[in-house]
Amino acid sequence: MKSSGKVVGVNGNMVTVEVSGAVQMNEVGYVVTCGTKLKSEIIRVNGDRVQMQVFEITKGIGIGDPVEFSSELLAVELGPGLLGQVYDGLQNPLPELAKAAGYFLERGYYLDPLSKEKLWDFTPTVNPGDTVAKADVIGSVPEGPFTHQILVPFSRLDTYKVKSIQPKGSYMLKDTIAEIEDSKGNIIPLSMSFHWPVKKAVTCYAERLRPVEPMVTQIRQIDTFLPVAKGGTYCIPGPIGAGKTVLQQITSRFADVDIVIIAACGERAGEVVETLKEFPELLDPKTGRSLMERTIIICNTSSMPVASREASVYTAVTLAEYYRQMGLDVLLLADSTSRWAQAMREMSGRLEEIPGEEAFPAYLESTIAGFYERAGLVRLNDGRKGSVTIGGTVSPAGGNFEEPVTQATLKVVGAFHGLSRERSDARKYPAIHPIDSWSKYNGIIDPKQTEYAYNTLFRANEIESMMKVVGEEGTSLQDFIVYQKGELLDSAYFQQNSFDAVDAAVSPERQKHVFNLMMEILSAELNLSSKDEARSWFNQLRQLILDYNGSEWQCDGFKKLEGEIKSFISDKKIRVDEKAAALMARS
Amino acid sequence: MRKVYSKIDSIVGNVITVKADGAKYGDLAEISTTYGDSLAEVIKLADDDVSLQVFAGGRGISTGDEVRFLGHPMMVSFTDNLMGRIFNGSGEPRDNGPTLNENLITIGGPSFNPANRVIPRNMIRTGIPMIDLFNTLVESQKLPIFSASGEPYNELLARIAMQAEVDMIILGGMGLKYDDYLFFRDTLEEGGALSRTIMFIHTASDPVVECLMVPDISLAVAEKFALQGKKVLVLLTDMTNFADSMKEIAITQEQVPSNRGYPGDLYSQLASRYEKAVDIAGSGSITILGVTTMPGDDVTHPVPDNTGYITEGQYYLKNGRIEPFGSLSRLKQQVNDKTRDDHRALMDGMIKLYAAYKESVEKQSMGFNMSEWDNKLLKYGARFEAEMMDLSVNTPLEKALDNGWLILAECFSSEETGLKSSLIDQFWPVER
Repeated sequence: MKSSGKVVGVNGNMVTVEVSGAVQMNEVGYVVTCGTKLKSEIIRVNGDRVQMQVFEITKGIGIGDPVEFSSELLAVELGPGLLGQVYDGLQNPLPELAKAAGYFLERGYYLDPLSKEKLWDFTPTVNPGDTVAKADVIGSVPEGPFTHQILVPFSRLDTYKVKSIQPKGSYMLKDTIAEIEDSKGNIIPLSMSFHWPVKKAVTCYAERLRPVEPMVTQIRQIDTFLPVAKGGTYCIPGPIGAGKTVLQQITSRFADVDIVIIAACGERAGEVVETLKEFPELLDPKTGRSLMERTIIICNTSSMPVASREASVYTAVTLAEYYRQMGLDVLLLADSTSRWAQAMREMSGRLEEIPGEEAFPAYLESTIAGFYERAGLVRLNDGRKGSVTIGGTVSPAGGNFEEPVTQATLKVVGAFHGLSRERSDARKYPAIHPIDSWSKYNGIIDPKQTEYAYNTLFRANEIESMMKVVGEEGTSLQDFIVYQKGELLDSAYFQQNSFDAVDAAVSPERQKHVFNLMMEILSAELNLSSKDEARSWFNQLRQLILDYNGSEWQCDGFKKLEGEIKSFISDKKIRVDEKAAALMARS
Repeated sequence: MRKVYSKIDSIVGNVITVKADGAKYGDLAEISTTYGDSLAEVIKLADDDVSLQVFAGGRGISTGDEVRFLGHPMMVSFTDNLMGRIFNGSGEPRDNGPTLNENLITIGGPSFNPANRVIPRNMIRTGIPMIDLFNTLVESQKLPIFSASGEPYNELLARIAMQAEVDMIILGGMGLKYDDYLFFRDTLEEGGALSRTIMFIHTASDPVVECLMVPDISLAVAEKFALQGKKVLVLLTDMTNFADSMKEIAITQEQVPSNRGYPGDLYSQLASRYEKAVDIAGSGSITILGVTTMPGDDVTHPVPDNTGYITEGQYYLKNGRIEPFGSLSRLKQQVNDKTRDDHRALMDGMIKLYAAYKESVEKQSMGFNMSEWDNKLLKYGARFEAEMMDLSVNTPLEKALDNGWLILAECFSSEETGLKSSLIDQFWPVER
């Protein structure tokens, strides 16, 4: 029995509704105003009055406007056809909306997230009489480059007997594809899609595993030094303009995963549109097909209503979990989680909750933890593995990492890629601070070797600070050379030109190769007789390596430059540090 | 026949409460007081209590004054007759021209569907090297000028307005000093730009609520012109005054304050204005340049901080110059690959060297011996500041690029610049 109510108060995007009948917390309802239905969610119940956040602009709502409740939680529709879509935070398909409603996001327009008419080539994988439970595969359809498995809805709590299943053929989402019978003898018809409430994690798996395999991003600094694992979590905090967005864009194109879901929760429309328009044009380096075929974009720009911004990360992670259930590796990029936290803060303020630190709600930390914990590498019930990796950017107020959202995020992620203002000012991109950042995952290179390289960087950093006090003339030639080595490692390996066709994405193979070359330089004792000579030698070497980084892998120019670099080094090399030689011999 | 309510229950600051039915959220009402009529907007409904924000302010309102609901939200006239005119925050003429009532449009309309946007793709040339070369302004971009008080931000805004290649300008002034308002009017008039300008001006002594209307009115009008195919440049100064007005009203309304007393929805409020910047496929565009003054030159203050996360970069004005550090045009990548092959590399290369120059200056100030390299950097930095950063330089982009190479060649050897050899072969000035 669906309940109804009427509006008794409006304050910003929150309405107070007097209800007759039963309602549940987080239930979706529609405020009917000026002939349109505005989607809303119950966020507080108080006797027969409930408070609802409206996912739309509330202008024009008046006292007495009727409210219809749905008796359902805020949910997404899961099924074939999700890939390649551009949705808002409530799974409204934006391009279709544009066709239906024109230039602007007129409120009250809700379209089906998935086409009900499109035909899919269904192949059954179960037979009548088989036993199935939630998340079991009953058939499949091809979707872009993947086999999209048709699953028993996650909300099914019983074990069922398959009564009937459609034979191989073309079907629409509105068709009944199978009938299953529960233990009480009720017959339940299934279609190829179903709904799942976004704020509930999907846990239809046998076991959660520890993420071990690196998720290659083709960004040298990340894969070599600050790796991310499939099924892991990482965060990228950084001040305004430090390069979060470019880093996310590069990752979304080149990361070694099956599916990428981009959640723009309150980002700039001007940046989102780049992704929207460019992805269909770009080819997936792995499959040679359009990148969009393996991408879903949840786009809730900063001017779209705050409540749907709050919902958008949940919508995104639910879609990610759905594809994980098919044994795929999914990467969810949330940009930016601060906007999402701010949306939470805004709603909390409207509810007049007692504010916590920096006016964020008291439940900020547990909510952030709850979101990141939806990532994971899992072993499914049938033994296959699937993963959801979550990478969230954080836009800390004032660029200060001590603020609550960054701190709450750092507690729950496995890697921290902190961007620094200093580095972006000096145009050292990616501006990930090599010393402040960390990762608990394994990368593509033996950690002992990266540790050696890192030590050079630490030492160079120390020498640099020392030089600031005693000046260049107060520094020994030997220290000066170490400092130059650190600078070279930074400028020729850590820094990467994301706008250069070749340098933008570097395969793990090439990373290992170039890393060995860097090790050769870092471990070499060099015959340089003065600081001026050292500076000029390193300048020339850097120039060579920059050109080398920009030339196609293993092409003639690449090999020629490599030869030049090697002979350039051996001209000045006296001997090799033994420790480094031992390390290099290990691999 | 609209009902008239003549019992005002409470007056707190600019907000009055009346018992009424049938009022809609966001609707306008008219209040007749001894000092004249004023518009007011419904900002909260709670049972039969209707809270209204009075545009002319609460001062002088009597509990017996009449309140008449108009049954529609705030609107503004949209016609070509707006051109060259000056209005206040309620849309009333500020010049001596007639009131405009035809073709009323609602302000604060819905957001543009991101799926309908086109990728920003056209550079707006300004002739200022720090903008054109290093932080290119792009059509449809939303960009604030972050500035400490006392910096010549309005002068810079006016200069960009005069030199920028656009069809029309809408100037939204918020909390402007009267002198500044006159400065804009006179400068645009002298430059011959007034006829392609519409101004909505709220001055510091006008009622605070009117300040809040200025961006919405300006942008609603801009949107209509853009849909007609015009390239519109909207100048908003000063957005910090706008945020402060919001704060004032939120606090009088006893809302739970967020950071430093600003309302919790500061970000959403700023975003819904800035996001009006758009390039419409097959039609015109809106580019927004705003001024955000930073109290105490503090970029972490909530207003510049929130703004920075909404806008596509910022021009950071310091000591009368656009600072290379802190300034950023996020959309420059969309256009600077189409200008000249060396644009991107030179832009980054010169800034990297300028960063190194700053370090040498620091060393010098600490009394260290300058190495040969330091001396080169010092020479470079001085030229960079004089020939690139000075705001009085007015030169086309191509000339600025050529000059950049010249400066580099006169200060460094080619491998010291860190630029790719292929570019050096092509652009390094040959010795004469």
